[in-house]
Amino acid sequence: MSKSVLRGLRAAALTGTLVLGLPLGSQLALAAENPIKLGVLEDQSGDFAAATIGKVHAIQLAADEINKAGGIMGRPLELVPYDTQSDNTRYQEFMRRVLQRDKVDVVFAGFSSASREAYRPIVDQFNGFAFYNNQYEGGVCDGHMIVTGAVPEQQFSTLIPYMMEKYGKNVYTLAADYNFGQISAEWVRKIVKENGGKMAGEEFIPLGVSQFSQSIQNIQKAKPDFVVTLLVGTAQASYYEQAASANVNLPMASSVNVGQGYEHKRFKPPSLKDMYVTTNYIEEIDSPKSKEFYAKFKAKFPSEPYVNQEAENSYLAVYLYKQMVERAKSTKREEIRKVIALGDVCMDAPEGKVCIDPKSQHMSHTIYLAKVGADHSISFPKVWEDIKPYWLGEAGCDLTKKDPMAQYTPSNPPPKP
Amino acid sequence: MDIATHVFSALYQFGDAFAFLVLSACGLAVIFGMMGVINLAHGEFIMCGAYVTAATVHAGLPLPLGILAGTLVSALVGVVVELAVIRHLYDRPLDTIVATWGLSLIATQGTLIMVGSTMAGVGTPFGSFQVGDYSYSIYRIVLFCAALGVLAALYALFNWTRFGVLARATIQVPHMAAALGVDTRLIYSLTFACGAGLAGLAGGLYAPTMTLVPTMGATFIMEAFVTVVIGGADVFLGTAPAGGVLAVVKSAMTSWQGQLFGQIGLLVAVIIVVRVLPKGISGFVLRERT
Repeated sequence: MSKSVLRGLRAAALTGTLVLGLPLGSQLALAAENPIKLGVLEDQSGDFAAATIGKVHAIQLAADEINKAGGIMGRPLELVPYDTQSDNTRYQEFMRRVLQRDKVDVVFAGFSSASREAYRPIVDQFNGFAFYNNQYEGGVCDGHMIVTGAVPEQQFSTLIPYMMEKYGKNVYTLAADYNFGQISAEWVRKIVKENGGKMAGEEFIPLGVSQFSQSIQNIQKAKPDFVVTLLVGTAQASYYEQAASANVNLPMASSVNVGQGYEHKRFKPPSLKDMYVTTNYIEEIDSPKSKEFYAKFKAKFPSEPYVNQEAENSYLAVYLYKQMVERAKSTKREEIRKVIALGDVCMDAPEGKVCIDPKSQHMSHTIYLAKVGADHSISFPKVWEDIKPYWLGEAGCDLTKKDPMAQYTPSNPPPKP
Repeated sequence: MDIATHVFSALYQFGDAFAFLVLSACGLAVIFGMMGVINLAHGEFIMCGAYVTAATVHAGLPLPLGILAGTLVSALVGVVVELAVIRHLYDRPLDTIVATWGLSLIATQGTLIMVGSTMAGVGTPFGSFQVGDYSYSIYRIVLFCAALGVLAALYALFNWTRFGVLARATIQVPHMAAALGVDTRLIYSLTFACGAGLAGLAGGLYAPTMTLVPTMGATFIMEAFVTVVIGGADVFLGTAPAGGVLAVVKSAMTSWQGQLFGQIGLLVAVIIVVRVLPKGISGFVLRERT
């Protein structure tokens, strides 16, 4: 008994000192309610860190802005960050910790699809609520998840037909050998076939491989018109430099490069010449909203090497969460999903207007086709506005009616009722 | 013509795999193969060499001098590590595993915190050439020549110089060497520095062709260890044939079925060699000779 009193006193003293540090106006508001806790599970070290540190910073930026403006329903937003070290088992460990011990209201988690599939069953098991703020291979139909990243029908249905029209119908896919690469390659195959093209070849590269001489030769042997590069992680990014030095000189198409790993900034020109990427945001986008976001980001994190697609996804996700909680007047997942079911959860994000699709809980996006020039400057030959994440809904996933908590692919669609 | 193209392409792929295996393994062969110190920070010495090379090239030095700087800085770091940590653990081989693993974690995370998550690359020099339908990077040929050069230099160093004789004597029977007036502590330091410097050289040579990140050492370490394990204790007689055998397996399997099978082939070859020749290739060669 006396122990718990002591602990209570200590907690009171601690919060007291914390509250004293804040300006007087917000003090009264914040003291009234306990904070809304947001778990942040992102890779701040390891093979994926280059692409994901910006996500953590974007969440910090959004949280700071929201807290300065009075929080969410008067409650401050408190971040509970863990470094998942590009390691799937860390995701599982920390997901249990944020849900069970820290008791967060919502979790923003994950870069690689392998890590998402590692933690997703834990979110389902403990009835948590998670945002996956990353482009990926699509198909997750799970009421516990909201996906703010772009999916294949947004990135490939735009990119592949454009490339086939411009360069030719022989396509070679070089993809990372795990669920993301395999399923994305399946999408490429499907779209190439639908558009009357042919796969000149496919190769899957184990994660962590950095030497590509033989793969380069296989590509030259197959003589494709362009190469779809779905390489993931910093080790595999060595491909571009090695392909350029072997003078492969083929146009490249990708859903992951530039927009995530800013390879055009890291490698010496012209190794990424003629790389085409469909992305919903990169810092070069020249619109007032994008410029404003970029300026805010750089003001808070001046040494940030690049503001990428996933940073924007993470930033807008915090604001979407705020909007949904305020409209639901609750942080409970079921209340929030009732708001999503209305079908009008939208916001003006740095990329343009985005909305959540109630059937799949994925996002509509403005898709920019970014082209890397010989000097590694970016131009945008084409922009597709308001591309919806239609595939899951059309295939039969409807989270407003049923929650199968599963991932589907074109060859493994939702079961027909 | 067509056959010549295929032969050249097979040779090129072999040379490329050979260079990667030998260059990543040489430093480890000296430290692990000769000294018996299991250096799990080997990849981080490689990373150190690559980072110093890239930094000096960004500062305006030509690439060869940058690589030299990377080699020397890694060797110096090697001296410091030997004096501070390894020296005290020569008779506790299992503890060196933990100590060097700890060092590798500190180095990776320290680099991430101080230098950031990536470093800009330096670009591969020399361009490409064409044989038949295929174009090849000239720099890859340079890497192959560098691997041969390193092997020749190591052979000369350990067989023909006074340092080499003293180093081998010290490592074989340390107290006898000490009794004959050899400063064994100095020899240990220099040998460790030599191994660290070779790792730095590998990093410097591969820096223009790779992504520069704090974790880049990890992509070398598997190849380095398997080459040294099947090579055995002798740097020249072990590493060179081990690199040769593994390069043939790896390049053949990769060209046949892709990268995944290349890696599988590499590991299966290692299991078979270790099973048949427990003392590695050099152990087998030396037994035949005596």
